[in-house]
Amino acid sequence: MSGNLITPETFLTKKFGIDSHSMEKAMSDFLSRKIDYADLYFEYNIRESLSLEEGIVKTASKNISHGVGVRANAGDKTGYAYSEDISLDKIKLAAKTASFIATGDCKSTVVPLSNIIKPKSNLYPVETYPTDIPLEAKIRLLDKIDKIARSYDSRIKNVLSNFTSEYKIILIATSEGLVIGDVQPLCRLNITCIAEESGNRQVGSYGGGGRVEFSYFFEENRFVLYTRKAARQSITNLEAVNTPAGTMDVVLAPGWPGILLHEAIGHGLEADFNRKGTSAFTGMLDKKVASELCTVVDDGTIPQRRGSINIDDEGTETQRTLLIENGILKGYLQDRLNAKLMNMPLTGNGRRESYAHSPLPRMTNTFMLPGNTAPQDIIRSVRRGLYAVAFGGGQVDITNGKFVFSTSEAYLIEDGKVTTPVRGATLIGNGPDILKRVSMVGNDMELDAGVGTCGKDGQSVPVGVGMPSLKIDGITVGGTI
Amino acid sequence: MDISIEKAQELLEKAKKKGATEGDIIIVEGKSSSVQVRFSTIDKITDSNYKTLGLRLFFGKRSAVTSTSDLSPESLEKLIADTSSIARLTSPDDFGGLPLPQYGMKSKELDIYDEYFPQVSLEDMLSLSREAEAAAFKYDKRVTNSEGGYSNKRATRIIYANTNNSFGTYETSIFTVSVTPIATTNGCMQRDSWYSTKRRFSKLDNPVEIGEEAAKRTVRRLGAKKIHTQQAPVVFDPETASSLLGNLCMALSGYSIYKGASFLVGMLNKQISTPAVTIYDDGTMPWGIGSKPFDAEGITTRKTTVVERGILTSYLLDSYSARKLNLTTTGNASRSPGDPPVAAPTNFYLSPGNYSPSEIIKTVESGLYVTELIGFGYNPVTGDYSRGVSGVWIENGELTYPVEEITIAGNLKDMLLQIEMVGNDLDFRQKICSPTIKISRITIAGH
Repeated sequence: MSGNLITPETFLTKKFGIDSHSMEKAMSDFLSRKIDYADLYFEYNIRESLSLEEGIVKTASKNISHGVGVRANAGDKTGYAYSEDISLDKIKLAAKTASFIATGDCKSTVVPLSNIIKPKSNLYPVETYPTDIPLEAKIRLLDKIDKIARSYDSRIKNVLSNFTSEYKIILIATSEGLVIGDVQPLCRLNITCIAEESGNRQVGSYGGGGRVEFSYFFEENRFVLYTRKAARQSITNLEAVNTPAGTMDVVLAPGWPGILLHEAIGHGLEADFNRKGTSAFTGMLDKKVASELCTVVDDGTIPQRRGSINIDDEGTETQRTLLIENGILKGYLQDRLNAKLMNMPLTGNGRRESYAHSPLPRMTNTFMLPGNTAPQDIIRSVRRGLYAVAFGGGQVDITNGKFVFSTSEAYLIEDGKVTTPVRGATLIGNGPDILKRVSMVGNDMELDAGVGTCGKDGQSVPVGVGMPSLKIDGITVGGTI
Repeated sequence: MDISIEKAQELLEKAKKKGATEGDIIIVEGKSSSVQVRFSTIDKITDSNYKTLGLRLFFGKRSAVTSTSDLSPESLEKLIADTSSIARLTSPDDFGGLPLPQYGMKSKELDIYDEYFPQVSLEDMLSLSREAEAAAFKYDKRVTNSEGGYSNKRATRIIYANTNNSFGTYETSIFTVSVTPIATTNGCMQRDSWYSTKRRFSKLDNPVEIGEEAAKRTVRRLGAKKIHTQQAPVVFDPETASSLLGNLCMALSGYSIYKGASFLVGMLNKQISTPAVTIYDDGTMPWGIGSKPFDAEGITTRKTTVVERGILTSYLLDSYSARKLNLTTTGNASRSPGDPPVAAPTNFYLSPGNYSPSEIIKTVESGLYVTELIGFGYNPVTGDYSRGVSGVWIENGELTYPVEEITIAGNLKDMLLQIEMVGNDLDFRQKICSPTIKISRITIAGH
């Protein structure tokens, strides 16, 4: 099947017989109950995954899923039902369940749903979808990676590489008459190296991707660079010493360490928590939450990025949203329900993992704008501290603001110089306080390579982060000595 | 289309005609609904039906896995064709293949489905959610807000068939009630939660008790302080001790072992913990949350002694990882329909010891009682462990003030060898369970 011929409207009509007429019928059933808003979310998804390990293709899989999610809102109540069976009967049944939250009956109205529109922008104009690239080509790529990693250093004993690609069609129809669809390709390459030396076993990982063509991984020699980074990290970690414990100055490298912003600030600014008054940032709009050096945005409109989308999963166009400007809290991330209840503008952050989930306010690409300081000057300013280059996951308690993120590659800074590598450690801080401790911001802003996945309420969505080099005066480092 | 064992076998026959030498099919079919309330009114209601078929085919030593939620005849034809063409491109793997027929499944009855499931209505769940949340508000006036009271019911049917003539089906049910209150003092908020999860509706804890426990755990955190960096004994409550056991599970998986991606490589039959520690994995417990009659390869589940008085006696294995390690499967194959099997626990638990939680706390002169862990600071390859912690400080054997914004760090390998006491308070609240445990010394980072 040739990817570029498929459009949300023709595909769903052909495959499931879902046309504007049947959507109108389903919607009018819905609207015979007292609800404020309803929508239908159709999804068709192909996921392919290839893994190479011990030098051979160990697993190859292809998964096809489709379904429809049906939502009703009445006041602050949400009813949500879904089915993998895309038929008019199932949609009507789901609509009935979803409107359990309605307060009574009203006169049914007909919403015209014949005019299917396309998003204004196309942030991911892909000629050949990665899912349509022959498997042979992907296997050749993983084979090359395996050889490059093993030849990097004889202490590398195992290489695990994985290529996943996804092709997702969505179509959204709302009780306000909006019908909009999007095709969202996504792919990702991951490499993990395991190094071993006299019983000491260490791991190094790197990866990247986005809403890109398969050729992206060959441009600028990306796959080679990814592989070398993973290999180098595993070898570096063989030399790692115990991490010091306690509060110290920390310099974060540019790019992926932007996960700090995601955990410390981003989640706390999602509108649902602020409407319910459960976020540590509740009521802090226009207050100082960071040092003047900090300006943070969430931007779903950067071409090809993993966290970018033409429209969110409620059909709202994405945008660049100012969250913190020179230290002052300026905005929240909104979905439809919360924007309406808070009487604030939509920001295009209503996202869901799939048809099986109702939308929530979520981040897209969250990053800090660059400052003026050269990164070397930042490191030079620290007498004794930590330089953190790569991180694993992070987590936050929205309510008390405490957040953590864990290093996977970090070094000591001694007398202004980066010295010995240290073992993985968790950094812990307080969201509304941590950015006030930012004393230097680098001029070297970078976005991450495209591997981030964010979890909330059991839903995973792809996201991006970014940051220039940053100095934090005093954060607690969970070391052992 | 209705799906059945016969239908699955028919598909496998078709695949064999297309050249497949072996294969299996797993079908997961479920329905689920939930009710979330906030301040006693409905916040969100969900209802769902789902169905996925996973097909794994071997062409000699090559294999591939595919899945689809489209069970129309055309789609399933295409699935077989797709699987065949993908499999032909993968590498031959000498260790691949189905489990040998002699390990095949015997039919076994296991209590894991509550016949009362269909009668549990949205209204029932609404009142449970309301009662539990209301109890939290009533318990303490510092409980001022709520993320809600929540109830959920889910039933799942599994159908399995393979070309070695192993086949079977089972149905499970599961019910949950939980509450997440928020308490405030001096403008500072804290959140915590409590829950009950059972396979039988009638066995769920009383919603009032769930709400009160949630409120108790939440207000206990108010006024939490940060403490100084130090080394001290650490007591883990059953919830956080279970999380440590979960970390151990990752390192025990046969896949981690043969890949060299575990700190437990080469430790079979060696001491990995203290004599106080005996750990079982038991897929056969009646009404156990991790119980099932057979695993994702059709192997009958069993009770495996994983650690006996500190000695590692078994890894968690499916047939592939077992062959890689020259061992025998332990019936721990687990699989989402779209992926090949992995080795995962069933009901995995630390056997209870002799001490009550308060007896354990009494032995600590100055140390930490951990009630929450956050973050992912655990590396199963090295055992390095470093996570964010909330809890209560222990002074002279008594719980005193709450603490937060601190970390505990060490290496799981060393921590296991320092488990000094095991509590008598084991409660099978989830798949992986532990009683209270005490570890003699851990580094705590704070000021």
